[in-house]
Amino acid sequence: MRRTGPLAIAFHTCVTIFMIAPLVIVCLVAFTPENTLSIPWRAYSLRWFRAVFDHSDLMQSFWNSLGIATAAATLSVLLAVPAGIAIARYDFPGRQALNGLLLSPLIVPHLVLGVAMLRLFALLGARGSATWLALAHVVIITPYALRLVVAALAGLDRSAEQAALSLGASHLTVFRRITLPLMLPGITGGWMLAFINSFDEVTMSIFITSPQTVTLPVRMYQIATESIDPMMAAVSALMVALTALAMIVLDRLYGLDKVLVGQH
Amino acid sequence: MSTATNAASRATPYALSLPAIALFALMVLLPLALTGVLSFQEYDAEKGVGAGFTLKSYAHVLGDSYYYEIFFRTGWIAALVTLICVLVGAPEAYILSRMGKPWRSIFLLVILAPLLVSVVVRAFGWSLLLGPSGIVNQIFGAMGIGVVKMLYTPTAVVVALVHVMLPFMVIPVWTSLQKLDPMVENAALSLNASQWTVMRRIVLPQITPGLLSGSLIVFGLSASAFAIPGLLGGRRLKMVATLIYDEYLHELNWPLGAAIALALLVVNLVVMLSYNAVLEGGYAKRMGRS
Repeated sequence: MRRTGPLAIAFHTCVTIFMIAPLVIVCLVAFTPENTLSIPWRAYSLRWFRAVFDHSDLMQSFWNSLGIATAAATLSVLLAVPAGIAIARYDFPGRQALNGLLLSPLIVPHLVLGVAMLRLFALLGARGSATWLALAHVVIITPYALRLVVAALAGLDRSAEQAALSLGASHLTVFRRITLPLMLPGITGGWMLAFINSFDEVTMSIFITSPQTVTLPVRMYQIATESIDPMMAAVSALMVALTALAMIVLDRLYGLDKVLVGQH
Repeated sequence: MSTATNAASRATPYALSLPAIALFALMVLLPLALTGVLSFQEYDAEKGVGAGFTLKSYAHVLGDSYYYEIFFRTGWIAALVTLICVLVGAPEAYILSRMGKPWRSIFLLVILAPLLVSVVVRAFGWSLLLGPSGIVNQIFGAMGIGVVKMLYTPTAVVVALVHVMLPFMVIPVWTSLQKLDPMVENAALSLNASQWTVMRRIVLPQITPGLLSGSLIVFGLSASAFAIPGLLGGRRLKMVATLIYDEYLHELNWPLGAAIALALLVVNLVVMLSYNAVLEGGYAKRMGRS
C-alpha cells in the first residue's frame, strides 16, 4: 500500500481550510463586541446574539421558516413514501417518466421554478399565502425524501414480509407491522434532509414570499444586500449551529455519509 | 376474480403515486407551461402584461449587446468554476479515498457538510474573508502585496461558487473511485508501471464518468446560481440569474424575464441531459459495459 505523500497532505490541508474558512469566520465574528465586522481577539461579547433575538423581523422569519419547513418536509414524506414504493417495487409503463418528473426539481434551476410559481400564484391570487409557499417547498424537497425512501426499500430484506404473508397476514398488516418499521430510518433521514433543504432554500423563495411569509434565508439575503453588520454574523453562526445539530441527529439516525454521498 | 385482482394490482402503482403526480403537475408542469406562454405575451410599461402572441421579448434579448455581455460573463464564470472544481475536486477525492479508516470519513464529512449550510450564510462568510479589511487582505498586506479589491468582482463570485460547487464534484468522483480495487493499482506498480502511467491508464479512466457527471452538475448549477452573484457580485456585476430577478421584481417586465428564464432552463436541460446521452452512448460502449 502506498502512503499519502507530503504534497498530497499539503493539498488536502489547503482544501480543508478553504471549505471550513467561511463557516469558521462567521462564528468568530459573531462574538465581536465592536460595531464593525472584526474578529474578537481580545474580548468577546454576546451583544449581537441579543440583537438577533430582539430583531422582530428576523424572529418572525425564523418562525416562518420553521413552520414552512416542518409542514413541507412532512407532506413531502407523505407523498414520497407511496410514490417511492411504486417506483421501487412495481414495474409499470411510465415508471421512468414518474421518476424523472419527481426528480425534475434537481435539474430545473430553482430560479426558474421560482419565476414559474410566481406566475402561477399571481394567476391564482395566491401570493402571500403560506400554504402555497409550503407546497412550493414540497416540490423542491421531494427528490431528497424520495431518494432516501427508494434507497431504504432497495436495501430491505423481503423474506420477513414473505414469511408474514405466508402465515396469512394481510398486505396492510405486513406493510404496517414489517415494511414501515424497516423503512423508518430511511423515512426519518429523508424527512430531515427535506427539512434542512427547505429551511435553507433562498433562490426560489425570494420570488414567492410576501412580507408576511418571508423565510429566514430570504430575510438574511435582503438584509445583506442593504447593510452588513455583525448581527448578520450572529444569525449565520446560529444557522451553522442549528445545521450542525441537525447533522448530528441525522448521523445518529441514518449515517451522514450515506445521506450526503447517496450510497447504501 | 383473477383478472379483477390483476387489474387492481396493475392500477396500484398509479394509485400510490397519484398524489405526488398531481402536486408536480400543478406546481411544476403547469407553472413552466404558463411561463412559456408568458414569454410570448406583450408587455407595456404602462399597462403591464397584455394578451396576444409576440416574439418581442426574444427579439429584444437577441438584439441587445447588454444581454450578450451578461450571457457571456455567466458562461465564462460557470466554465471557470467547473475547471477549478475538476482540478481541485478530483485530486481531493482521490486523496480522501486513499486515507486511513477514521480520517477518511471525518474529512469526507468536512468537505461535504457545507452543502447543508444555507448558501446565504456561506456567501456572507466569503464577504467577510474577501472584504477590503478581511483576513485574506490582511494576509496579503503582511506579505507586502497590498489591498486587492476582490469583493464585488468576478474573483469573489468564482471563489464562493467553487466553495459551493466543490462537493458536487467530490461526490461523483468519490463514488466512481469506490469501484476501483486498489489491488489493480498495486498490480500495475508491481509490474513496473510508473506512478504516472497508473494515474493515466487506471485511475483516470475509472473516474472519467464521475468527472463528467460532476462537471455537468457544477456547470448547470453555477450558470443558474443566484445568491452568490447577488451578494458577492454587487449590483453592477450581473449574471443571468440576477438579471432575471431584476426583470421580474424591479423592472416588472415579466415576459422578458420569462424569455430569459426559459433560455436558461433550455441550456440547463441540454447540459444535464447530454450527460446521459454521452454516458449511455459512446463512453459505456468504449468501456465494454452494457
